[in-house]
Amino acid sequence: MDLVDDEATFGAASSDGSDSSSMLVIACGAIAKELLEVIRLNSFTHLEVECLPGKLHNVPRRIPAAVEAKLAANPDRSVFVAYADCGTGGDLDRVLARYGAERIPGAHCYEFFAGGATFAEMHDREPATFYLTDFLCRHFDRFVIQGLKLDRHPELKSQIFANYRRLVYLAQTDDAALVEKGQEAATYLGLEYEVVRTGYGDLQRTLVDVVTRSRAGSTRTARAG
Amino acid sequence: MSDEEPLDLRTLPDDDLCRQMHDDLYDGLKEELVVGTKILLERGWPPDRVLNDALVEGMRIVGIDFRDGILFVPEVLLAANAMKAAMALLRPLLAETGAPSVGKVVIGTVKGDIHDIGKNLVAMMLEGAGFEVFDLGVNNPVEKYLAAIDEHKPDIIGMSALLTTTMPYMKVVIDTLKEKGIRDDLIVLVGGAPLNEEFGKAIGADAYCRDAAVAAETAQTLMMAKRLASGED
Repeated sequence: MDLVDDEATFGAASSDGSDSSSMLVIACGAIAKELLEVIRLNSFTHLEVECLPGKLHNVPRRIPAAVEAKLAANPDRSVFVAYADCGTGGDLDRVLARYGAERIPGAHCYEFFAGGATFAEMHDREPATFYLTDFLCRHFDRFVIQGLKLDRHPELKSQIFANYRRLVYLAQTDDAALVEKGQEAATYLGLEYEVVRTGYGDLQRTLVDVVTRSRAGSTRTARAG
Repeated sequence: MSDEEPLDLRTLPDDDLCRQMHDDLYDGLKEELVVGTKILLERGWPPDRVLNDALVEGMRIVGIDFRDGILFVPEVLLAANAMKAAMALLRPLLAETGAPSVGKVVIGTVKGDIHDIGKNLVAMMLEGAGFEVFDLGVNNPVEKYLAAIDEHKPDIIGMSALLTTTMPYMKVVIDTLKEKGIRDDLIVLVGGAPLNEEFGKAIGADAYCRDAAVAAETAQTLMMAKRLASGED
């Protein structure tokens, strides 16, 4: 389930789902598949998920307004936002602060999949790294080749990637086809290739923590303040 | 569009040609921009007027639309490539005029960060505004800024960061300048997508520049203030 262009809602699996009493997760479409798998693995049947289009990954300044529209449409519900800062430069946090909502800690999905400390160590070791996740491996053509217009202007490839030295595929799953796609991407960009198996990292840890606290009644509901 | 006659730039009066060059720059049409530059020079425009009215003004619009999310990385790079090609024609002519540099700028992306598209735009706009620009590139530790200050004796230090994780390093550089006792000799400008004015103030920069055009305007304004304060003309 990849949501590149569209929004989608996934109701809770149990009978108490998809109503105002269920917890709502507002999520990036680029992690929809992974989020739904975490929910399935943990039997969080009371969660309802509303995904925004994954293409916002390439236009982060549009994320805060899109998330705010969802928050405003769901007053008085318990809401968790499955985004990191995601290049919004703190603007997403300013929106969340108004609604008392929480998000996944970290700067971006690369960080929360890898885990904060691991990502920091990886980045310190080689800042000139271009990262892919499962989603970005699957949609490399759309998000990188077409998104950066390399198909129409191949001369831009050497400019945009001039400062990069390696490509790290942060793998959420064991999928040989994606490992191969990552290798093809690295070859296309002329970068060294490395695969780091992350699993669901802080996405899973944070969601488990939020649900646990929600059940204990210690999370806040979304309400514009 | 394909049925239209190709536009002959030579038939356009100066004002229309300038506006067309802004459009060509915006659209990253390198060959057209170079032709327009040559035409204006042939018509007797001084190179600094071609630079300011046709190129810098066009690039100012590109920088603002990049900041506002109307243009994205590929479009900006295509525009920058067009501007570079036109600048290559003008640079030797500008040097011949012997116009003094407005000031010296050392600019670079901070340690841990390899993003340079915005920084390159700023460098281009500063050069267009008459500054002598020394570009340190990306991933610069404080030692590289200090070495460049020692070597080039700049008036301005420009620092760029795209990552929330790397922008705090700007404060490391500024604090080191303070420790060395040279902070007040320099104008410190900072910029980058995740920054804002509050951050610039908090780390002790002289100004946060929200886009390349603002960076060039701010550099000019602060240089003028610095010269006035020091009693220079």
